Amino acid sequence: MARATFSIRRGGRETAELVDYQTDVTEGMVVLDAVHQIQAESAPDLACRWNCKAGKCGSCSAEINGMPRLMCMTRLDTIDLTQKVTIEPMRAFPPVKDLITDVSWNYEVKKRIKKFKPRKPDAEDGTWRIQQEDVDRVQEFRKCIECYLCQDVCHVLRDHAKHQEFIGPRFLVYSAALEMHPLDTEDRTGDLKDLFGIGYCNITKCCTKVCPEHITITDNAIIPLKERVVDEHYDPIGKLVKLFRKEKG
Amino acid sequence: MTDYPIFEHDVIVIGAGGAGLRAAIEASANGVSVGLICKSLLGKAHTVMAEGGMAAAMGNVDDRDNWKVHFSDTMRGGQYVNNWRMAELHAKEAPDRVRELEAWGAVFDRTKDGKILQRNFGGHRYPRLAHVGDRTGLELIRTLQDHGVHQGIEVYMEVTVVSLLKDGGRVIGCLAYEREHGRFRVFKCKALVLATGGIGRAYKITSNSWEGTGDGHALAYDAGAELIDMEFIQFHPTGMVWPPSVRGILVTEGVRGEGGILKNNEGRRFMFDDIPDNYKNQTASDPEEGWRYVQGDKNANRPPELLTRDHVARCINREVKAGRGSPHGGVYLDIAWIKEKLPNSVEHIKKKLPSMYHQFMQLANLDITTTPMEVGPTTHYVMGGVRVDADTQESSVPGLFAAGECAAGINGANRLGGNSLSDLIVFGKRAGEYAAKFAQENQAGTINKDEVAAKAKAALQPFEREGGENPYAIQHDLQELMQANVGIVRTQDEMVEALNGLDLLRNRSAKTFVPGNIDFNPGWHTALDLHNLLIVAEAITLSAIERQESRGGHFRDDFPEKDPAFAKFNFAVKKTEDGAMSVSRIPIPEMPDELKQVIEEMG
Ligand SMILES: Cc1cc2nc3c(=O)[nH]c(=O)nc-3n(C[C@H](O)[C@H](O)[C@H](O)COP(=O)(O)OP(=O)(O)OC[C@H]3O[C@@H](n4cnc5c(N)ncnc54)[C@H](O)[C@@H]3O)c2cc1C
Ligand code: SF4
Ligand code: SF4
Ligand code: FES
Repeated sequence: MARATFSIRRGGRETAELVDYQTDVTEGMVVLDAVHQIQAESAPDLACRWNCKAGKCGSCSAEINGMPRLMCMTRLDTIDLTQKVTIEPMRAFPPVKDLITDVSWNYEVKKRIKKFKPRKPDAEDGTWRIQQEDVDRVQEFRKCIECYLCQDVCHVLRDHAKHQEFIGPRFLVYSAALEMHPLDTEDRTGDLKDLFGIGYCNITKCCTKVCPEHITITDNAIIPLKERVVDEHYDPIGKLVKLFRKEKG
Repeated sequence: MTDYPIFEHDVIVIGAGGAGLRAAIEASANGVSVGLICKSLLGKAHTVMAEGGMAAAMGNVDDRDNWKVHFSDTMRGGQYVNNWRMAELHAKEAPDRVRELEAWGAVFDRTKDGKILQRNFGGHRYPRLAHVGDRTGLELIRTLQDHGVHQGIEVYMEVTVVSLLKDGGRVIGCLAYEREHGRFRVFKCKALVLATGGIGRAYKITSNSWEGTGDGHALAYDAGAELIDMEFIQFHPTGMVWPPSVRGILVTEGVRGEGGILKNNEGRRFMFDDIPDNYKNQTASDPEEGWRYVQGDKNANRPPELLTRDHVARCINREVKAGRGSPHGGVYLDIAWIKEKLPNSVEHIKKKLPSMYHQFMQLANLDITTTPMEVGPTTHYVMGGVRVDADTQESSVPGLFAAGECAAGINGANRLGGNSLSDLIVFGKRAGEYAAKFAQENQAGTINKDEVAAKAKAALQPFEREGGENPYAIQHDLQELMQANVGIVRTQDEMVEALNGLDLLRNRSAKTFVPGNIDFNPGWHTALDLHNLLIVAEAITLSAIERQESRGGHFRDDFPEKDPAFAKFNFAVKKTEDGAMSVSRIPIPEMPDELKQVIEEMG
């Protein structure tokens, strides 16, 4: 059985340090297991979030050797254990304690996005008819587990702290899911441009790379949203041309 | 004496899983102010993990389905000790509750004609589970969460309730602490809904998260409510068994619904060897018929892999015990074999079971499209819980309501897959509605400050017992004890041993010590959870000792047969005056003739 050293951020909102812990590593272990083992053996007050331990709830986001990852889905056999493994909280959000950050900003942002507004039901019994191919894309977006890893890597938030002006990739995906929902009748393009700072995104695709749900955030959500914003707000002639083309088939 | 801040709402809901969110939405829609408290962040509750789907007899895939079939399937699955009124309401109302989710933005998988698609699941006669791939719980919780935030519900995240507060006989609030700083808060209300989910953490091998410590069960019990059916624990047949750190994590029944088969190490499809009599005429006679069933052939019967969970779990247990198991103590679950039937099987499996594909790829280095999985039983769901009125979800304590997994009745001795998510929305709604009504008809009570101070002081003791025991060690021992002695197969002697063991653990839990400061201290939280786990473990064991027969999720080696005498009542535990736990029998009321007739018609 191998032993490995984990260097974990310990501390509160203001001050913190990296503290080394050693623990045994057995086959198939993930980073979260190591953290739990350390909790049970030597640091019962070590704080971290987790729920499902299967990549489904998005609670256990952290930076492992500097890489934004879900701790429960990062196997130790994919990491070089001859070196110390650092585990730190996400940097784009204020630290609270140890591995826990204050992600409340995300909940505030979501409240500001206009809610789903369906068209009138298609059938007498109050239900709708939707084809599977018309929701494939929206379903891709709705796989999001709100781990906020994409928010964590986006330089607009991480390096430039534009939390007031920019809602971040997670909420662009969320907006895209609403905008492309075949039943939705609301228009969010104005807000995206004026309040939510979609223009800040310069398509670096870092968000797509870290998404544990493999959502193609940039290509499938952000770029089409940007196009919609342009169509609606900057290019009335282009919009007409497009409409015209569509009608001609 | 410290004065703790008081937060006041007409209705307080504890728990933000499907049941709690649905209750909060309904109460708020009825015009009362609502506070919603949860231990984790919003959207992370256990419900998020549900995979397979929610059962509702919409008849979109097979128009022979209707509430009567669903009702009789639920009663059969529950071995007729269910609360029949709840089973009836559930079967009748689930379709509307599911459609309502669509109006709130949920995006279900579709049929060819554009309706909500429904899939097969164990114990359901027709394809009945509305689903989104294998992430239905995520869709449910996100839809409710996103709908709820626009309704003015006040959400208190990462706040843990430690005790309910009463005024006379009535529940009028609760005491909680916020996890970040460990500060106590008093919540005052006119009606309170418990929606705290399950108890899986009382066992070593479980599909449940850290939250499943039976808090609601214990809160209700301490407040004087009854818990019924606690002997009925669902061990899901297919949890992961390897590698060790993922042991217990769920492998959705959807794998079997899509054609997955169970095999032992001899390659034998052992589920064909043992088909219970009351399911004989609904089960496929050979593998070919089973395959036709999962492909949607309406004239075929389901394969034996889709028999009820209690039965499948015991069959797996038997294979393993007989030495016919897989290398790591499970059996094989094979979906890869469908390549013999479907040319595009790899794509098909990835499309239908995407999160299972990823789960095995990432956690076990195993490609389910080419290789069989190793699976074994895992503690999954508790049928038992707070005894409630079927229509209103009110407990025997005025002002206290319960819904979802922490409430009992609908499932009887065994829950059918998919019946939980639909239970959450049907009875979550009802609980919210009737709690709001209760709040409108009653005044706020008076908080007893001395009681609050005493409870807060007791909760802080683990910090003061320098040299005391590590709470994790006690939790670990409790899980081992329950796993070994009150698991899938039970005997009198082992359960008595469990009771003795629980006594010792109770003494130890009164002496825990946690180091560090109070801010977000998981050691402290674990110490406080022990109280709840101990109540739940004792309730399970005592009820299981009393039920001297085998039925559904409760199987006794010393009484392996079902005994009709035990079909006549449920067991209830309650806290007596002197603080001990008592068990009593509650007769099941006679089913009305219309419902009896439904069951007869449905065969
Ligand atoms: C892996 C998995 C897959 C499943 N798949 C399916 C499926 O396909 N179909 C199906 O029907 N069922 C399924 N189930 C079962 C179903 O998911 C659960 O029974 C159901 O989600 C429970 O919902 P709930 O609302 O009652 O509670 P939960 O979702 O468990 O929520 C409990 C809430 O209570 C809060 N809470 C608990 N204690 C306290 C406290 N002391 N103070 C404050 N808050 C507290 C928690 O924070 C949480 O918010 C599955 C279960 C698992 C584990
Ligand atoms: S693509 Fe846009 S949203 Fe994504 S990380 Fe880059 S700048 Fe941020
Ligand atoms: S889009 Fe992906 S990375 Fe971003 S929050 Fe959702 S799941 Fe996480
Ligand atoms: S614990 Fe749920 S995603 Fe890691």
